[in-house]
Amino acid sequence: MDALLSDLRVLDLCEGGAAVCAKILGDMGADVIKIEKPCGDQARNTGPFYEGIPHHERSLFWFAFNNNKRGITLDIETVDGQQIFKKLVEKADIVVESFHPGYMEGLGLGYEALEAINPKIIMTSITPFGQTGPYKDYRAYDIVAWAMGSIMSVTGDPDRPPLQVGLPQAYIAGGTYGVEGTMVAYYERQNSGLGQHVDVSIQAALTWINSELVPAWTFMGVIASRTGAFPGRRGMIRPPLLWPCQDGYVNYLILAGQPGAERNKAMAKWLEDEGFATEYYRTKDWDNFDWMQITEEELKELLPPLQNLFMAHSMNELFNEAVRRIITLFPVATPKDVVESPNLEFRKYWAPVYHDELDTTIVYPGPFALLTETPPTIRRRAPLLGEHNREVYVKELGLTVKDLISLQGMGTI
Amino acid sequence: MGVFDGVKVLCFTYAGTANIAMRVLGMYGATVVRVESKSRPCNLRVSGPFRDNQPGLNRSGYYAMYNNDRYSIAVDMKHPKARRVIDGLLLWADIVAENFSPGTVERLGVDYAAVKAVNPEVVYLSISSQGQIGPYREMPSYGPQLQAFTGHVYMTGWPDRVPDQIGQSYPDFITPVYACAAVIAALDYKRRTGKGQYIDQANVEPTVHWLAPAILDYTANKVVEDRAGNSVPYAVPHNAYPCKDEDSWCAIAVMTDAEWLNLCKVMGKPELATDPMFATLLDRKKNEARLDSIIGEWTANLTSGEVMEKLQAAKVSAGKVMNMQEIVEDEQLRHRGFYKTLDHPEMGPYEALNTAYVLSRTPSEIRLPSPCIGEHSEYVCRELLGMSDEEFVELLNEGVFE
Repeated sequence: MDALLSDLRVLDLCEGGAAVCAKILGDMGADVIKIEKPCGDQARNTGPFYEGIPHHERSLFWFAFNNNKRGITLDIETVDGQQIFKKLVEKADIVVESFHPGYMEGLGLGYEALEAINPKIIMTSITPFGQTGPYKDYRAYDIVAWAMGSIMSVTGDPDRPPLQVGLPQAYIAGGTYGVEGTMVAYYERQNSGLGQHVDVSIQAALTWINSELVPAWTFMGVIASRTGAFPGRRGMIRPPLLWPCQDGYVNYLILAGQPGAERNKAMAKWLEDEGFATEYYRTKDWDNFDWMQITEEELKELLPPLQNLFMAHSMNELFNEAVRRIITLFPVATPKDVVESPNLEFRKYWAPVYHDELDTTIVYPGPFALLTETPPTIRRRAPLLGEHNREVYVKELGLTVKDLISLQGMGTI
Repeated sequence: MGVFDGVKVLCFTYAGTANIAMRVLGMYGATVVRVESKSRPCNLRVSGPFRDNQPGLNRSGYYAMYNNDRYSIAVDMKHPKARRVIDGLLLWADIVAENFSPGTVERLGVDYAAVKAVNPEVVYLSISSQGQIGPYREMPSYGPQLQAFTGHVYMTGWPDRVPDQIGQSYPDFITPVYACAAVIAALDYKRRTGKGQYIDQANVEPTVHWLAPAILDYTANKVVEDRAGNSVPYAVPHNAYPCKDEDSWCAIAVMTDAEWLNLCKVMGKPELATDPMFATLLDRKKNEARLDSIIGEWTANLTSGEVMEKLQAAKVSAGKVMNMQEIVEDEQLRHRGFYKTLDHPEMGPYEALNTAYVLSRTPSEIRLPSPCIGEHSEYVCRELLGMSDEEFVELLNEGVFE
């Protein structure tokens, strides 16, 4: 089948999680060349590792965000490296990078320099705060970028420090939003024939991700804060959102008013069917259930039957029954539960990829959507270090094998 | 000249996802029309916060966040003459986007098959929680449920406690990004080849992508990692530390020997750098809780801004945990033009948010405040569909518009 971006050549200089940007472009069919320092991207040192053995060719983090790419090594801090990079830019459509602002300019490889070589080039730069501004020189590892994007302030328990996600995601967010910006610039280039610089701010992306909580401040002067397993504002009487069950937790929100009425009735029936219903559940007028009116006494009636039902079952039992009864209850799934999901299986979401270097097949998350004409695909594993040096430099760029030996000797590749 | 000038987008949408995906097109010049209903208004229109705490279909700040730069037409879809308007819109559109529960657009007669029959080149986007096909297709959910379902919640929290949710509707800000990128690429593909297509976007699928390393840890190693609070294997300190003001914190992360030395100097404890409990990363890993405590004693006397500035000046990665007030007032975001004040007919001025990226030559143009419900019924019919005065008035009198 055809692909969305099969005519595009992408040069990916990103380090760490920002690499997801070019990977998504690769999923959409682009020919992506990952350019790493000769000693390799730092992402190769990030766990988890295949078989738990730390090694720069076994990083599952590297595999996850660098599949669908070929890989070359190049030290762009050398004069030879800069010249080679510029040759690559001549034939490329998109350059993605995540160095701190000014680094590429300092090497003579900033947007203006690249534009002069190839006016069609789109350069997407992904940084914690953007290319200019009061914080542009601030160093931000993932947890620091996450903190400055406001979403950390609403994640966690009130009596402990605010939290990051278990797998750091600030740079993943920046990289993903970089795809959107790159596509806008690409469409514009189809109109005008010209590229431009796409300046992505991780802080802005995270703030947008947390935007639901902006109006509480701008309209009401209320600053949302972390409330742990109890949604809603601190100090308000609220049920939990997350409930323990036999083998884990479930996410179940008791909704009020009209939107909740059908679900609450269905839940009351479930409690009845399993013998956990009480007089309260049998007689409650769900159509007029109002959270603003609830008292501590009523919470004592509302919660225990649910707690008993949930503790009597596993996550999967509860979820399967909820699907049957159309009640919005979901398991707090582990990666294992996600992998075993019959829905994802049905949709052929999983993409097995053979790793010749490990002589094993690893199953990856696959197409991010189903498209009828040009579906995204996973076509190749992440590259070994310098794996495609010969293919790119000799076959495509016209360097000789002797040139490669010189460059290798100097440490440029 | 906007990037998407002349591109016509039709939305049968509610809540977030597909609205969010199509918002970007409007901000770069597309003509976006959203079909609404007064008798069944969008859930965001009836959710607060409301301007001046007065509920009203046109007073929700929540709705406003996701609906700038588009037109609203309010149609009674059950009215026998509604098709005169709807069919016109289906023919008009380059892109149709919807995010109702699977089956709904079929019942409304505006599903892909129906649109393709009259507009074969249409690019049609459906976003749903679990996808249009599959055993869970009918299980609706919002972002907070979906983040639990995709593994993100399991991964977040303290090892000794119930896990934690991440903000509010986290997946609803992941999936639309992929969907938007795919729609733009599909629009370009259509322009080049004449072929439209159908996009079945399940909210689960891109959301799982963000956890791919943890997924691979299971598929390749059969390992499920435990929650670890804020810690990571490769850096100590790596946490959020309590500062002077109430509920105010600063995140600090140290990844190199030089950063460790500089942190100790800034804290006024240079001797800590070579203390056998903390001198190496491996030492610090063994004594992480103790070190967090020591750092917390230092940060407690400073504001989060002071901790950030002192450490950044010493080339140590530190950042305030920004709260909602701080993020709206933030000078870096304001420098980027991230906030734009729009003047709304009923709500007055309000802050709209720009995109996370700035394009150097063709930046976004945020023009229109979120619409009042049905505000543009006449404009859409007369100006966009070319309907005559007579026909519009006839339909109006018949009660087609709400």
